[in-house]
Amino acid sequence: MENTRDVVRRFILENFLPGEDPKNLTDDTELKESGILDSLSTLKLVTFLEEQFKVQLEASDLDAGNLSSVASIANLVAAKSGGR
Amino acid sequence: MSETTRLTDLLEHSARQFPDKVAVSVPGGGSVTYGELSTLTNRLRDRLWQLGVRHGDRVGFRLHKSIDSVVSLFGIMKAGAAYVPVDAESPAARAAFIMNDCAVKAVITEQDQTQALVQELAALGAAPHVLEIEPSEPDLPIRRLLDALDGTSPAPVVSSPGIQPDDIAYILYTSGSTGQPKGVVLSHRNAASFIDWCSDSFAPEASDTFSSHAPFHFDLSILDIYVSIKHGARLVLIGEALGKDPARLAPAIAAEGITIWYSTPSILSLLADYGKLERQDCSALRIVFFAGEVFPIPRFRTLRKFWPHPRFVNLYGPTETNVCTYYEVPVDNSWETMETFPIGYMCVPNEGKVVDEAGQTVPTGEPGELVVAGPNVMQGYWNLPEQNGRAFLVDQDGRKWYRTGDIVAEEGGQRYRYLSRRDRMVKRRGYRVELGEVEVGLLKHPDVREAAVVSVADPQAGVRIAAFVSCSGERRLTIIELKTYSARSLPPYMIPDTFVVLEALPRTSTDKVDFQALKARA
Repeated sequence: MENTRDVVRRFILENFLPGEDPKNLTDDTELKESGILDSLSTLKLVTFLEEQFKVQLEASDLDAGNLSSVASIANLVAAKSGGR
Repeated sequence: MSETTRLTDLLEHSARQFPDKVAVSVPGGGSVTYGELSTLTNRLRDRLWQLGVRHGDRVGFRLHKSIDSVVSLFGIMKAGAAYVPVDAESPAARAAFIMNDCAVKAVITEQDQTQALVQELAALGAAPHVLEIEPSEPDLPIRRLLDALDGTSPAPVVSSPGIQPDDIAYILYTSGSTGQPKGVVLSHRNAASFIDWCSDSFAPEASDTFSSHAPFHFDLSILDIYVSIKHGARLVLIGEALGKDPARLAPAIAAEGITIWYSTPSILSLLADYGKLERQDCSALRIVFFAGEVFPIPRFRTLRKFWPHPRFVNLYGPTETNVCTYYEVPVDNSWETMETFPIGYMCVPNEGKVVDEAGQTVPTGEPGELVVAGPNVMQGYWNLPEQNGRAFLVDQDGRKWYRTGDIVAEEGGQRYRYLSRRDRMVKRRGYRVELGEVEVGLLKHPDVREAAVVSVADPQAGVRIAAFVSCSGERRLTIIELKTYSARSLPPYMIPDTFVVLEALPRTSTDKVDFQALKARA
C-alpha cells in the first residue's frame, strides 16, 4: 500500500511539477522557497490533504514549516489523524 | 468638492472636514485619523526636504502594505516629488533596477530588506538616501522613525511647493518586453481625472469603507487610495498575506463591513472557491469593481451565487491610461449567455477609437486596436524615447492617442469588446507579463542555453505560462531547479506554471523559434 509520503509526492508531481522525474522530488526537497508551493498551489494541496486523509487543517497548521517538504507534510497529516 | 487638480489636496480637504474620522485602518491592526495622516505626511515631507528632496525629484519606497506606505506616498508628493512604489515581495535586484532607472533621491525601506537593496543599488552605482523603517514595531513605525530622527537633527518645517497639475505624481513600473521593467509616468492631472470620474459615476460617501487589496505598485491602488481619501471614507489595507488567503480574507471583508471592493477577478474566484462565503455576512458590500484580466463567466456565476446584491463593475485600462472603459454587469440574467463581459464604454472625457495597422479607423464591428486620448493618458515612459515614439498614434490634428495593444471591436452604441492582444503580453492575476521578460529572466541562468515561453488559455486560471528551455551543459536542469531559480529571480506572477526541458527548441524554416509548435505542446 502507498504510504502518506508517496501519496503526497504523487499529488505534488502531477499537479505542480508535471514532467519532473519523480526521483528529483525527495522527502526533503524544499517546497516553499523553491516556489513549488505558492499561495494557490498551497490551497489546492490543503484541499487535497483534507479530502484524501479526512483531516481538518487550521490556518495555524499551515505555518511554521509544516508544509516545507514531503516529509513534513506527512508528519502533519500523521499528527492530525493521530489516535485513529 | 470641485475638480481635483492635485492628489495632495484630497487628503488636506478631508483632513479639514473630518479630522477625527478614521482614514486608514488595518484588520486586526492599527488605524490613523485624517488629522493624524495629514500631520504625519507633513512631517515626512519636512524630513525628505531636509535630506535634499526637492520639487520634481523621485522618491522610491519598498514597503509591505501598511499605514506607513500610505504616509510615504502622500509625504513624498507633498515634498513635490513623484513616488515610485516597488514590490516588497519581488527580488531586490529588480527593485534596485527600478530605483536607479528613475534616479530616486531617497528610498524608504524596511529594516530587514535594506541591506540587500542598498547592495544592489551600489552595484549599479547608485546611493540614494535611505529612510529605514522597523516594521515589527507596534503602532506606526514611521512615526517612531520620524521621532528618532527629529531627536538627533530636527527637520525644518517647510511648506509644500506649488505642485502643478502636470507634475509627475507617481511612476508605476510594468513588465517590459526587453527584459527590463518600464516606468509609466503619471501626473496629478492623469490620476485626478479618473478619480473625479469615479466620484461622478458611483457617488461614494464618507460612510463607505473601501478595500485596498491591490499592492501600491499596481494601478488598481489608485482608485482605492484616492477615491476613499477624497470622500472621507475609511480605507481598509489588506496586506499581502491576508490578500492571498481566502479563508481569512472572506471573514475580514465581513468583519470590516467593506462596502466598496476592488480586485482582480483571480482574487474574487479564489474567494468564491475557497472562502466559504456562505458562512460570511458580506451584505454591506454595495459595489464590487474588478479589473486587470478577463473574468470568466462561469467563475463570475459562482461568485454571484454568494453575492447576489452588490453592483458589479468591470473596469478596463492599461496602466498607461489608468482606467479608460467600464461596464456594469446588468442586474437581470442577460450576462448568463455572454461569452465574456464587454469592456464597455469610454470613461468621459476620454475618447477611444478602433484603428487598423495604418492607424485608420475601422468600420464599426470590425476588429482593430483600441487607441485612447484624453486626460487619463500618461505623459510617456520614463526615459525611453524610442518606446514613447511607438506608444502613441499622432493624428493629423497632432492629437496623441495611446496605442493599448489590445484588439477590440465596437459592438454598437460605442461599447467595446476585448478580443485579444497584438503582441506577446499576457495578463496573469491582473499583472501584465511580457513573455519576453520571462525568457530574458530564464536565460540569465548559467546553464540555460535557449528559453521560449508561451501562454495557453486555461479555463480555471485564465492563462497558463509554459516555459521551454534547453541546457548548455552536459547535465539537464531539473524542473525543480528551474522553478527554484525562477522563484528567486522573477516576481511571483511571472513564474511559469510548467517547464519542459528539451535538447533544442524547435525552429521554423527561417530559424526562428517555432512558437506554434511549442503552443501545441504546452
